[in-house]
Amino acid sequence: MLLIHCPYCEDTLPELEFTYAGEAHIARPADPSTLSDEEWRDFLFIRTNARGPHYERWRHVGCGRFFNALRDTVSDRFLMTYKAGLPRPPLTNEAAE
Amino acid sequence: MSRYRIPGKGRVDHSAPVSFTFDGKTYPGLRGDTVASALLANGVHLMGRSFKYHRPRGAVTAGSEEPNALIGTSRGPGRFEPNTRATVQELRAGLVTESQNKWPSLSFDMGAINDRAYMLFSAGFYYKTFMWPKSFWDKVYEPVIRGAAGLGKSPTETDPDHYASRYLHTDVLIVGAGPAGIAAALAAAQSGADVTLVDENPEMGGSLLSDPGVQIDGKPAWDWIEAQLGRLRAAGVRLMTRTTAIGYYHQNMVGLCQRLTDHLDSPPKGAPRERMWRVRAGQVVLAQGALEKPLVFDGNDRPGVMLAGAAQTYLHKYGVRVGDAPAVVTSHDSAWYAAFDLADNGARVAAIIDTRDTVRPDLLDAARKRGIKVLAGHTVTTTKGRLRVKSVRAAPVRGTHVGAGRDIACDCLLMCGGWTPSLHLFSHTKGSLAWDGQTFLPDRKTEDVEIAGAGRGLWGYEPALADGAAAGLRALEGLGRAGHGTSFAVANDRPGTGVSHTELPTDGNPGRARAFIDFQNDVTAKDIRLAVREGMRSIEHVKRYTTNGMATDQGKMSNINGLMIAADALGKAPPQVGLTTFRPPYTPTSFGAFCGYLRGETFQLTRKTPIDPWAEANGAVFEPVAQWRRAWYFPRAGEDMHAAVLRECKATRASLGIFDASTLGKIEVAGPDAVEFMNRMYTNPWTKLAPGRCRYGLLLGEDGFIRDDGVIGRLSPDLFHVTTTTGGAARVLTMMEDYLQTEWPELDVWLTSTTEQWATVALNGPNVLAMLKPLVQGVDWDDFPHMSCAECTVAGLPARLFRLSFTGEVGFEVNVPARHGLALWTALMEAGKPHDITPYGTEAMHVLRAEKGYIIVGQDTDGTVTPQDAGLDWAVGKAKRDFVGKRSLSRPDIVAKGRKQLVGLLTEDGSLLQEGAQIVLDPDQPKPMRMVGHVTSSYQSTMGHPIAMAVIEGGFDRMGETVFIPMPDGVRKARVTSTVFYDPDNARLKA
Ligand SMILES: [Zn+2]
Repeated sequence: MLLIHCPYCEDTLPELEFTYAGEAHIARPADPSTLSDEEWRDFLFIRTNARGPHYERWRHVGCGRFFNALRDTVSDRFLMTYKAGLPRPPLTNEAAE
Repeated sequence: MSRYRIPGKGRVDHSAPVSFTFDGKTYPGLRGDTVASALLANGVHLMGRSFKYHRPRGAVTAGSEEPNALIGTSRGPGRFEPNTRATVQELRAGLVTESQNKWPSLSFDMGAINDRAYMLFSAGFYYKTFMWPKSFWDKVYEPVIRGAAGLGKSPTETDPDHYASRYLHTDVLIVGAGPAGIAAALAAAQSGADVTLVDENPEMGGSLLSDPGVQIDGKPAWDWIEAQLGRLRAAGVRLMTRTTAIGYYHQNMVGLCQRLTDHLDSPPKGAPRERMWRVRAGQVVLAQGALEKPLVFDGNDRPGVMLAGAAQTYLHKYGVRVGDAPAVVTSHDSAWYAAFDLADNGARVAAIIDTRDTVRPDLLDAARKRGIKVLAGHTVTTTKGRLRVKSVRAAPVRGTHVGAGRDIACDCLLMCGGWTPSLHLFSHTKGSLAWDGQTFLPDRKTEDVEIAGAGRGLWGYEPALADGAAAGLRALEGLGRAGHGTSFAVANDRPGTGVSHTELPTDGNPGRARAFIDFQNDVTAKDIRLAVREGMRSIEHVKRYTTNGMATDQGKMSNINGLMIAADALGKAPPQVGLTTFRPPYTPTSFGAFCGYLRGETFQLTRKTPIDPWAEANGAVFEPVAQWRRAWYFPRAGEDMHAAVLRECKATRASLGIFDASTLGKIEVAGPDAVEFMNRMYTNPWTKLAPGRCRYGLLLGEDGFIRDDGVIGRLSPDLFHVTTTTGGAARVLTMMEDYLQTEWPELDVWLTSTTEQWATVALNGPNVLAMLKPLVQGVDWDDFPHMSCAECTVAGLPARLFRLSFTGEVGFEVNVPARHGLALWTALMEAGKPHDITPYGTEAMHVLRAEKGYIIVGQDTDGTVTPQDAGLDWAVGKAKRDFVGKRSLSRPDIVAKGRKQLVGLLTEDGSLLQEGAQIVLDPDQPKPMRMVGHVTSSYQSTMGHPIAMAVIEGGFDRMGETVFIPMPDGVRKARVTSTVFYDPDNARLKA
């Protein structure tokens, strides 16, 4: 079981308290009606299938907050977590390895 | 005294006899024995039959890696366990055991015909033999495979034992309490760190328990162990025996299975049988030692052929001589010591056959002193003996030439093909392995872990102790603590080296050799070579094609031998071929241990409403809905379900029904931007909904498909009382939170789950107003039409009152704080007496709503249904600029023709359809037929005939058409109708 750091609780807690919530940094378009069918399809369905560091969203069931994480899909390690709304942090050297 | 027991010897208690039965015969044993050691003490080597060929087999090891000696154990009803390793099961008074894979008896087994026919059962035979013809599958192949497959018998009764679970946080976890593990614990414990030392055996000490002649710091090995365990106890180290580390997971989490009662004559009442520990360790030290490898030669599986180290363990731990005349065949020095120890304890060693041309002079001297014949540079080509080995054939090897062999009589054959570091747990962490020319050793680590002793290829006690101490110290330093190094002086050490082999050279026909690699799955060297010849290149393919390493021992003995032979056949170096993946658990683990407390009533929590006690007291039959238990129907004496449901429905339509709707999900949406938030989340427009009114709300996913629905009341301009489906409450709140937190954080809105804060009672029927009005205060009845809501009091209780209907009758939902739920229900039941108020359950609720065509999300929809598909287009606020899912409602495939649409069905013959039944347009078309939809809801109704709802391609355009529902007992015809079967004009609602 993984240990995950909730950036709101500032505590590292067992995976049981968290749920996965899909890829991060995919903002809902401000006015979906202006999107073409293809653009809307991409927003709905097209996701990165990263082998390695992956920006994704998690929810801490304990405090109810959604936050972002950078997780390596090969090692299953969390490289960092950060609050929702913050910009995508660059890959660190460790993460880029 | 048993024939092969040496008086006074071993760690068993010679003054404490324990008898047990094996295949119905009673045998004497001693406290401290395993089933295997006790049987061997009685001269019994034949303990089971192999899986595929049903060959007679004996114990080949003395530990948890045992592939052959699998037995069934029992202790009264429900306490039967198959596939227990006889080498691990400790004796207890009255233990009943039986052998497996035999019929009619262990010594005469009909299944052994497979052995004669072994040429048919070679690698991949499952794939080759059962290919053709297809029609043979049902009647011939599958019954044969099912009859022959599987090990042992499954228990037939519920396990009456219970199992415990614990979490543990520790600074240093050390797995394996042999010399390296004990040394590591001593080092780690020196600065007050919290240290845990676990071992799968009943006693700590590891290989030292089988080597009592070794002296450490001037003390005999066993005295040294006792002294060190005393020191560890004094230092507060947690010592756990009979505790197997079964898996090593992320971030130093290790699963431990602790066996608590299987060794006890009578377990204390209420004691758990096993306890699963989930340990989170700061540092882990793996000191699991090494596993001895068999040599691969024809007849290496006969009862009496066992690992040399196992014989040494039976001798020293259990005081059992596994034979009077052992022969030894080895490629490693360690087996020589086993031979010496047996010779010193009354055995006449027939010969030591070593595959190496040159052997250490001190070993040769020691053999000569004992008068043991030594055959260096020899191979073993075969063995003889039916149920027990009688002789072994040894032949000299010069280069590739095998010379003339000779038969050496023996009553057991001790083999040693070297040792494999036990790297299973390390491999669970995806740590990489490196090949050192003989075997794989741990290489790159992914966790905070140290590997010590024989587990990283070190041999001899002094190096293992020093390595353990160093590993313990490094673990301590990894915690940021300091300690000092320790050294140990070892006398009578038993150093050793060896070489690895593929199958041993033979002068016979290698194609006919029965040289086993995986004993449990009956995989031979020939099978591996055949797999390579037939095109398997990856070791993972070789494994699956031959089943090598796929038995319950997980290839502990067979993986390296299989790899060596596969690599040889492929002409590659072993590291280029690589090992198959090790997966948890390390040893077979009971389902009970994994379940822990999560079984029976504690498998899942049961949510009960405040009104549940009344329902229980009044004979309700319950059904589970999500995690709730809900009253399903209230049968009266002599009523079956159908009769009860029909009575409840009719009473509601005729006068007054009462229903516990407390499980409905409730979410309070509050704040200055609440209406804007509602507009964005739900399809409906909310801006113009006046406070005091409510509206049916529809929630879509961003993909345009229906996610949830419910009636939503606006209590004040900035407060909405949202209801959701019973099963959808948490999901809807999470979805709302997601949008609020991450898409629209600028909205000033609070979301609060209030499902469990309100008890909800639904009242429906033509007499509801007459009954309810006198109980209500604070409602202006002149302005409280259908779809109104108010905060008021009902029966003197503070309430939120909703006028709505899920039945088609005039209806209300009364919400009171949960603590008043039962009081409200009781008051309403009392007030309703003049109207024959009738409690109804979820089944009647389903029928009543279906008669009106009201959908249930998740039953009539399945995640691919849009509002249009469900006939709910009217609930979509098309004028709104945006809401969740709006853009998807104009996606090309959503507006395409031929989508499945929700319609009603009436059967021509008046029969009841089955929910889930598939629908076709032409019942005479060839199979497989084109299915155009399925039945989503089907009930007996109050109208004297069954009704059904279904989704059917282009259903709205098929009104009045006939469709067909093929069932096993014939094809049903049904007419497509509207989904509203009852009171289509809503006249009753307006009453
Ligand atoms: Zn949190």
